[in-house]
Amino acid sequence: MSENSRPLIEVRNLRKVYQVPGGEVVALDGINLTIEKGQIYGIIGMSGAGKSTLIRCMNKLDVPTDGQILINGENVLTMNGKQLLKMRRKVSMIFQQFNLLMQKTVSRNVRYPLEIAGVPKAKANARVKELLEIVGLESKADAYPAQLSGGQKQRVAIARALASDPEVLLCDEATSALDPMTTQSILALLQDINKRLGITVVLITHEMAVIRQICTRVAILDGGHIAEEGTVDDVFVHTRSAAGKRLFGIVATKQEEDQPPAEVPALRIVFDGGKENQPIIAGLIKKCQVDVNIISADIKRINGKPYGQMLIEMPEDEQSCRKIKDFLTGEGLTVKEVYPQ
Amino acid sequence: MNFLHQLWQLPFKGFESVWGSIGDFLYNNIFNFIYKQSWRILWPALGETIYMTVMSTLIAYILGLLLGIVLVTTRKGGIKPMPTFNAILGAVVNFLRSIPFLILLAMLLPITKAVVGKMMGTVAIVFPLIISAFPYVARMVEGSFNEVDPGIIEASKAMGSTTMQIIRKVLLPEALPSLINGFSICMTTILAYTAMASAAAGGGLGSVAITYGLNQRRFDIMYAASIMLVVLVQIITVTGSVLTRKKDHRLR
Repeated sequence: MSENSRPLIEVRNLRKVYQVPGGEVVALDGINLTIEKGQIYGIIGMSGAGKSTLIRCMNKLDVPTDGQILINGENVLTMNGKQLLKMRRKVSMIFQQFNLLMQKTVSRNVRYPLEIAGVPKAKANARVKELLEIVGLESKADAYPAQLSGGQKQRVAIARALASDPEVLLCDEATSALDPMTTQSILALLQDINKRLGITVVLITHEMAVIRQICTRVAILDGGHIAEEGTVDDVFVHTRSAAGKRLFGIVATKQEEDQPPAEVPALRIVFDGGKENQPIIAGLIKKCQVDVNIISADIKRINGKPYGQMLIEMPEDEQSCRKIKDFLTGEGLTVKEVYPQ
Repeated sequence: MNFLHQLWQLPFKGFESVWGSIGDFLYNNIFNFIYKQSWRILWPALGETIYMTVMSTLIAYILGLLLGIVLVTTRKGGIKPMPTFNAILGAVVNFLRSIPFLILLAMLLPITKAVVGKMMGTVAIVFPLIISAFPYVARMVEGSFNEVDPGIIEASKAMGSTTMQIIRKVLLPEALPSLINGFSICMTTILAYTAMASAAAGGGLGSVAITYGLNQRRFDIMYAASIMLVVLVQIITVTGSVLTRKKDHRLR
């Protein structure tokens, strides 16, 4: 990003408190985020972390208790009714449950944003056709949502969201109700929209595979705070926060983060999903001619990719230690030395 | 009139003679009407009933629909929340609903006189029918709107719809099948209420059943009027449910 370009969405000191019988629940506290134009920005967190509240605050479906949300430099929270309507036509949203008009056909659904914006009928119909082509549903124009599969419904929702020529597409758990195959195709569509139409995508999810697959940046939300934020690669490989590690299944408990569980100096090998089905350890033994003593390993396969870490005993002599490190780094893995305290 | 006696006898006769008895019963008590010119009483009564029902239902439904929209829109968590206003309106609706129709009819006599021009009769009774029915309609409409998935409303909000656009283009079309169903229920309820028109010197099948059937012991007329009412209710209900099903695109 060039220095003078203004971020598309800025969230500053956002706080959201829900009043509940017998007290209050702090859903979000001190959230700061910057989302640049053209990014696919992922927000990940466990259920109840506040991610849905956060994304719903961005177009003021939820009203924050405190803080600022700037879209193109304009504060969403101080907008009057008319400005809010205008903003919402530039900030589209899709939902986990699709939220289509059940009594209207696919093409009427997609035409809805154009109707409310007062676009002439002929022009609107042409645009609907175009949008249905983008999402690959031309043949379903006259079908009703009840006749469509979940993936098709989400495609209609995406076409509808694109109708108003938005700058941002907010995705509220858009793939959580879909099966893995359909999720893949919807994610591919989102990526395509981002690339071809230059629309910034903000998506929240609890599935790390989603983030991994299409996001450029990610924020980890935990208990109403941002635990970690950065490029996807960086956050996945060098997960610093306990919340992130919990999410990615790297470390089961918190204290393991700083204390090596080994009594001897060890090497921590981090699997971030990059190496698929490769016998790393066998390769290591063959290539480096060393004995490998595995102290512990906690690796999970997600979508066939390994995520997690392995601790191996560090060889006494420095040379073979370096050899091991070079080999593993060459394989694209991250290696870190850990010492007993 | 010995048909009640016959009716009583029916189960005690031999099974094979039951159908014969039904034939006798029908001949003596139902088909006889045509020749006895009871139809002269029943046909106009049917017309009056339809007049009272249709007029009251249409006007009560329009009023109730508007009131229902206001109730749904202004309630807590609605499209445009106005909790205090909503609470007051809700209390008024509940108050009107809790007055029994006959008492409301009496209470409204002076107002009916002022609005319709007379207190009694088939035309005059339409007014208390409307007043009694529209709060009921409002609650029915409110229920129909509550069935609309809040997610759909939220999505239309997120697309930048105004409150009026949400009501007109989302709430009403999405609730349409349920509204049609509610309309037919309201119509049958109002139809039942028209039977009480006799209390205000109104006409209709209910009045005929009471004045001729009950008071003059002409049970044939009472039964014929009741059967006609049953047929009317059937027509309304079946039409309502067929339309509801036809208009609901969630079921296909």
